[in-house]
Amino acid sequence: MSLQQTVTSIDSVSSAANQVLNEFLTFRLGNEEYGIDILKVQEIRGYDAITQIANSPEFIKGVVNLRGIIVPIIDMRIKFKLGVAEYDQFTVVIILNVSGRVMGIVVDGVSDVINLDIDQVRATPDFGSVIDTKYIMGLGTADERMLILVDIEKLMTSEDMGLVDQTLN
Amino acid sequence: MSTELEQFYEVFFEESSELLAEMEACLLGLDLSSPDPEDLNAIFRAAHSIKGGAGTFGFTDMTEMTHMLESLLDKLRKGEIEIRSEMIDTFLRAGDIIKGQLAAHRGDGAADEAAAAEVSNELKQFSEETTEALNIDKESTSSTTEQPDHKPNEAKNVVVESLPATSKTEQVSFNIEFSSSGINSKSLENLFSNLSDLGKFEKLLVSDKEQNCKLRLTTYTCEENIWEALAFVVNPSQLKIEKASQTEAHTSTKLDVSSSIQIDEITSDKPSKTAVETENSACEPYGFFSGAPAAPIETEKKVKTESHSDPSVEQNILEEKSFPTDTINSLPIQKQSKPNAPTTETTSIRVSIEKVDQMINLVGELVITQAMLAQTASEVDPVIYEKLNNGMNQLERNTRNLQEAVMSIRMLPISFVFSRYPRVVHDLASKLDKKVELKTVGEGTELDKGLIEKIADPLTHLVRNSLDHGIELPEKRIATGKVAKGTITLRAFHQGGSIVIEVGDDGAGLNREKIMAKATERGISIHEGMSDQEVWMLIFEPGFSTAEKVTDVSGRGVGMDVVKRNIKDMGGRIEIDSVQGVGTRITIRLPLTLAILDGLSVAVGDQMFIVPLTYITESLQIKNTDIKTVNGVGRVVHVRGDYLPVIALHEIFNIKPNATRIEDGILIILDAEGHKAAMFVDALIGQHQVVIKSLENNYRRVMGVSGATIMGDGKVALILDTTGLVMASHKDSL
Repeated sequence: MSLQQTVTSIDSVSSAANQVLNEFLTFRLGNEEYGIDILKVQEIRGYDAITQIANSPEFIKGVVNLRGIIVPIIDMRIKFKLGVAEYDQFTVVIILNVSGRVMGIVVDGVSDVINLDIDQVRATPDFGSVIDTKYIMGLGTADERMLILVDIEKLMTSEDMGLVDQTLN
Repeated sequence: MSTELEQFYEVFFEESSELLAEMEACLLGLDLSSPDPEDLNAIFRAAHSIKGGAGTFGFTDMTEMTHMLESLLDKLRKGEIEIRSEMIDTFLRAGDIIKGQLAAHRGDGAADEAAAAEVSNELKQFSEETTEALNIDKESTSSTTEQPDHKPNEAKNVVVESLPATSKTEQVSFNIEFSSSGINSKSLENLFSNLSDLGKFEKLLVSDKEQNCKLRLTTYTCEENIWEALAFVVNPSQLKIEKASQTEAHTSTKLDVSSSIQIDEITSDKPSKTAVETENSACEPYGFFSGAPAAPIETEKKVKTESHSDPSVEQNILEEKSFPTDTINSLPIQKQSKPNAPTTETTSIRVSIEKVDQMINLVGELVITQAMLAQTASEVDPVIYEKLNNGMNQLERNTRNLQEAVMSIRMLPISFVFSRYPRVVHDLASKLDKKVELKTVGEGTELDKGLIEKIADPLTHLVRNSLDHGIELPEKRIATGKVAKGTITLRAFHQGGSIVIEVGDDGAGLNREKIMAKATERGISIHEGMSDQEVWMLIFEPGFSTAEKVTDVSGRGVGMDVVKRNIKDMGGRIEIDSVQGVGTRITIRLPLTLAILDGLSVAVGDQMFIVPLTYITESLQIKNTDIKTVNGVGRVVHVRGDYLPVIALHEIFNIKPNATRIEDGILIILDAEGHKAAMFVDALIGQHQVVIKSLENNYRRVMGVSGATIMGDGKVALILDTTGLVMASHKDSL
């Protein structure tokens, strides 16, 4: 990826170790771009028939059948309060495997997979946003783009997601 | 040896546990006044098989204990000793010791050596009571020779410590002649040392000139084994083995083991038969089982050779186990007490539960796929695609059969649980000085393995409770005009989609006043108008016990609440019926299986839900006039004289329904734990067998939903938690 190379060449001046932090899968939500640890991603699939679950938070769209497993689907746009999601042919579901559980997140589209060095990541400024900054690992810069790096495991298992029975853990 | 045999350990452990359980069952079922020889034989065989296995693996402590058991059992079997009830107790304890040793070898705790010594002393005493005259233990040689370690000396020492070691097998002398031409001296030496392992060995003539060897071997082994030992080295055509004349044999026997002729006279009433027997059973020494070294040696060889090539570990061990029994069968029928043992061929295999579960999952998927195909196929013209339709029908039938077959793998008869209670009752009854008989009915009733495991503990508790609190002491029973012996009945049967397990006793029954008093004392809110049913349920309150004194059996008040919770966790429920002075019956109702459910699919708006069929009594459409309100809010319907609260699914699940007025939709009358309610849905769709999938695996518990399943079209449908919904509706409306 040429983009990647440029980034690396710029940064190689400042970073002696050129430490690779991780590979990130980037996806779009509205105008923002997010990155999550690729190792937490199981697969990517289209958005299809969802069975609603009553009395669940709005961002939980329901459950789907993933080859015989019942998987809950979370709409990240609603969760991150980025307006009402419209589902079209580009809408994809990223199936995650976090702490032994399988779950899916609905995003507007998947961009690519990039490597980020440790010095490409900046600390998150504390701006009291709707997303608790404790779930954001940092802000990554790749070329001109800014990536919001989300600690997806921490977020998905957190109490305010209500995905995991806290009493069970 | 150890490395090769290690792979068989697990099989041995399992086999032994099963044999122990079998032994225990036989012991408890034994009629003391006239013991059934078949039962005694069965116990003997179990002990013997364990001994054989333990010997093979070199577990000497187990070998010793089983050996003691065996000696005593043998005498019982032959009628030399009368069986007494203390013996049964000792046998049971010996069984426990062996269990402990087994666990210790498994790396699970340590064996209680002191208890083992005590029990073995007791066993010894019993068997010595009548054998003083004989002062011969007939089994010692067999156990010695059965040590397959090829370390006869060491093995003998072990036994000698505990028993006077004498021989019951007869030694036979063989004259061996062969030509040693073409055999180098080294292999000849090897051969000689091999032969001397077999018995007393003399070189009569070792001539290098004529290259003829003459040997005499006095041994317990049969001719075949000598042949085998020699055949590796010597050309069989040049080999001659002759049995030395009978007198010689006896002479040598006398020389070697002074008691062997005595034994001949004792064990076979007609000494004239001895010759015949020796000839007939050149391979089989006296005794009832493979006392001859031939058996274990052959067996071990089998295990060894097969373990290299044949992966069917099970088979090997089974063969090994059944070997002694076969030997018994092949013995010439000389003695009356010889067991004509039915060779029970084991036709089962052990499979790990994960494999079965995986299979169940896969079949579940297959069923779904089949349903999907069927749906697609139903859209095409049946006339043009007749073949496709036929195929689809066949596929449906086959998948259904397959599913049933696979599900039945997980099903086990409840006798797996019931079989442990005779012992519990036996022990507890003798401890409490009560006379109790345990009756089991419907042991063949099958239920899911998962349930079997979970039901055992609660049931044990109930049985102990019945025995301790229910059944009265014999004097008290006679005073109230009952037979001295109380009866506890365990009964299992299928009823609808559930399995019912009852624990009944003909004891004192529950005492309403006592329970009420206790409840007041404990601050549980009660009132005089409570039905008996409600009062009885109080005993499931935590910390509730009406026992006057706390014993180590029960009465601490922990337990019944745990029982109730366990049963509830399994999706079951528990009921008590009791009549004072007549008895108590506790009924447990459990779902048949945890994995599959018969359900009715219903539609609400664009969603589909599954209602478990077992809760549905009927479904109907009603007229507007039958709908009433209470206080202007709670809605009830008037159905067959009952006013039932209405559960509007679309309200609970916030769905936009197609039918908003009750008279437009359909009401399903539900009956859960005796409470009734009417559920309002848009339409009924169909009846399905659905595979229950957990929502909690990847999500969490959802109110009103007990699980989910995948429908024919691949969509997810939620299974309603009927009991929860009905209960909630009662709370709302009352």
